[in-house]
Amino acid sequence: EVDLEERLHELDLKSDSDIPDVPPPTDSTPEILKKALSGLSARWKNWWIRGILSLAMISGFFLIIYLGSFMLMLLVLSIQVKCYHEIITIGYRVYHSYDLPWFRSLSWYFLLCVNYFFYGETVADYFATFVQRREQLQFLIRYHRFISFALYLTGFCMFVLSLVKKHYRLQFYMFAWTHVTLLITVTQSHLVIQNLFEGMIWFLVPISSVICNDITAYIFGFFFGRTPLIKLSPKKTWEGFIGGFFSTVVFGFIFSYFLAQHQYFVCPVEYNSETNRFVTECEPSELFQMKKYSVPPLLQAILGWETVNMYPFQMHSFALSTFASLIGPFGGFFASGFKRAFKIKDFADTIPGHGGIMDRFDCQYLMATFVHVYITSFIRGPNPSKLLKQLLILQPDEQLSVYKTLKSHLVEKGILQPSLRG
Amino acid sequence: RWKNWWVRGILTLAMITFFFIIIYLGPMVLMTIVMCVQIKCFHEIITIGYNVYHSYELPWFRTLSWYFLLCVNYFFYGETVTDYFFTLVQREEPLRILSRYHRFISFTLYLTGFCMFVLSLVKKHYRLQFYMFGWTHVTLLIVVTQSHLIIHNLFEGMIWFIVPISCVICNDIMAYMFGFFFGRTPLIKLSPKKTWEGFIGGFFSTVLFGLLLSYVMSGYRCFTCPVEFNNDSNSFTVECEPSELFQLQEYRLPTPLRSLLGWSTVRMFPFQIHSIALSTFASLIGPFGGFFASGFKRAFKIKDFANTIPGHGGIMDRFDCQYLMATFVNVYIASFIRGPNPSKLIQQLLTLRPEQQLHIFNTLKAHLVDRGVLGSLEDA
Repeated sequence: EVDLEERLHELDLKSDSDIPDVPPPTDSTPEILKKALSGLSARWKNWWIRGILSLAMISGFFLIIYLGSFMLMLLVLSIQVKCYHEIITIGYRVYHSYDLPWFRSLSWYFLLCVNYFFYGETVADYFATFVQRREQLQFLIRYHRFISFALYLTGFCMFVLSLVKKHYRLQFYMFAWTHVTLLITVTQSHLVIQNLFEGMIWFLVPISSVICNDITAYIFGFFFGRTPLIKLSPKKTWEGFIGGFFSTVVFGFIFSYFLAQHQYFVCPVEYNSETNRFVTECEPSELFQMKKYSVPPLLQAILGWETVNMYPFQMHSFALSTFASLIGPFGGFFASGFKRAFKIKDFADTIPGHGGIMDRFDCQYLMATFVHVYITSFIRGPNPSKLLKQLLILQPDEQLSVYKTLKSHLVEKGILQPSLRG
Repeated sequence: RWKNWWVRGILTLAMITFFFIIIYLGPMVLMTIVMCVQIKCFHEIITIGYNVYHSYELPWFRTLSWYFLLCVNYFFYGETVTDYFFTLVQREEPLRILSRYHRFISFTLYLTGFCMFVLSLVKKHYRLQFYMFGWTHVTLLIVVTQSHLIIHNLFEGMIWFIVPISCVICNDIMAYMFGFFFGRTPLIKLSPKKTWEGFIGGFFSTVLFGLLLSYVMSGYRCFTCPVEFNNDSNSFTVECEPSELFQLQEYRLPTPLRSLLGWSTVRMFPFQIHSIALSTFASLIGPFGGFFASGFKRAFKIKDFANTIPGHGGIMDRFDCQYLMATFVNVYIASFIRGPNPSKLIQQLLTLRPEQQLHIFNTLKAHLVDRGVLGSLEDA
């Protein structure tokens, strides 16, 4: 017992230099690539592998978009589970706690609980018509919070009962590690899905902006980079940062212009209970209808146009791209700091040349939350299907009073004819 | 040994008396007290973190912890205030803007703290700083969210605040006494002083206590009415028509109890049935919060969270079982008692687009006709 306690004591109190190095990840590059690139020197080989894998990921991304919203949801869920797994595995290695068998089950159980809670809250709203038809689902929806809470409590009590005399501290660390990881990965993946349901453009433009910022900042840094940006990531430069910012804003602007024209990207995703599929058909909202904007005098002199035809959404894309370029990198710095703190080179070795899934997605997390907050604050009003669900739970007399208020409001606005047919 | 017992006893009575005084002073004071308890608990847990990691010398970190506490509190208070003080907020222009863009403002404040954290990472102390960051966030999750749930419960009606807290306190005291007099079989290795006899004895006494306390409290409007803010008098009022929960009803006793007590029917408040659920939770699951705190103290080799209360330890020591209780009561109310708030729904309805409003109107109409609430298509 003394040895373990002392070891923990040392791990906690002394500085980072006492942390044992995690063994370097194995090389998982496929054999084909290795053979094809066997002639090149190590640096170019790495560059080629990264390049090929980047193209492969981007193609995969386009393919999934083509396959539709449901596949995208599944993709987001798989990425979330993989990220969670990667971070938890790091925790195990850091604390040498892989031998606490209860803890693996408990971590996966908590992941399941929190996912159940979030899916019930968000997805159930969108599948309202589907749910109304089935009795058992109605029960699950009505008491959803209580059921989720009971499930979570079960896990909590199992944790308390699993506390073993010599490993209290380790177990509390892993408990906290699990919860912080859940907070980061699961909540954000659900925000991504909610953004997706708002319209695929709200999913595609932010993610592409972050990817574009990554790539263009790297390229600008490669060619013009001179002044280091931050001690945490010595390879980042101010030139890359600023060049990336301007290119991302332009990219976002152009990309939104193209996407805003297609209903497939612009319409909120709805579930059609007759065909049992997701449909994206609607009357495009004001955001996606061309408007004339008069160019401010400054730009007028440069461009020579007096007015310009733009989609209002492109204005919003400014905000999104700016956030992706200026604040998004802080997510990357956070992950770099985390990797240095725990002396790991990459989160995992899932993607050859790039590291783990978390390495690719570290900047995306802040973006997803920002887009969600942005939409709820500036774009979207309350969710109609959720309101309807709440209305149907009210007492009959309350429903009647709401009905009367709504009716008088609609008649006043001229939407409803004040006739008998109502 | 007796001196310790006396100190604990006197302080217990002092705290209970204090509790009654605060209840008498009203909701506003209660809210303030909850807020102070929350801040003190946060401070205690963060201080333990500093002591464990010897990281008191990272000056940025103290500032950042308090900043995050402020942000999260701002976010939660804003959400609560917007709901309950709606008319007040609409009147004052600056408040209206703050509430309309509340989430965005809170997120911006949080992000600022996040970026400050990233910029404050110092080369040799990365791990320490990440630990403290994680520690702060877990503490916020535990302490701040639950204190806001308590305030939500309070606004539902003071009885939803007083009965759960009293049940937990009663369970603590009763389990201790039963354990003292009859305790023989240890309950869990984590807390060697707890016994099965204390646990079961505490359970039954708490259920009984809950029934009696609810009976006494349900008769008074100041406890059962939702707390509302009166715009004209600019104060909190608790006046309403008591809901069904707080009106006496006749219940038929199940047969085994009938033979025991000799009554065939009993007059009870429906709320007392709910109090059985609350007391059961307080006695059976609440102690797990205590075991969690005991495990935490053993893990980090501390005897008490702090020395604020002589004989009892810190504020966290007294409140460790309350946390699970607050969340349970809130989930219970949301699931079984309270429906959505109609006036809030109407506000949200009026901000929808016209075609959405029309769609909801038609669905609602069909639903009401279906249920027979609306006579015929030409009616109303």
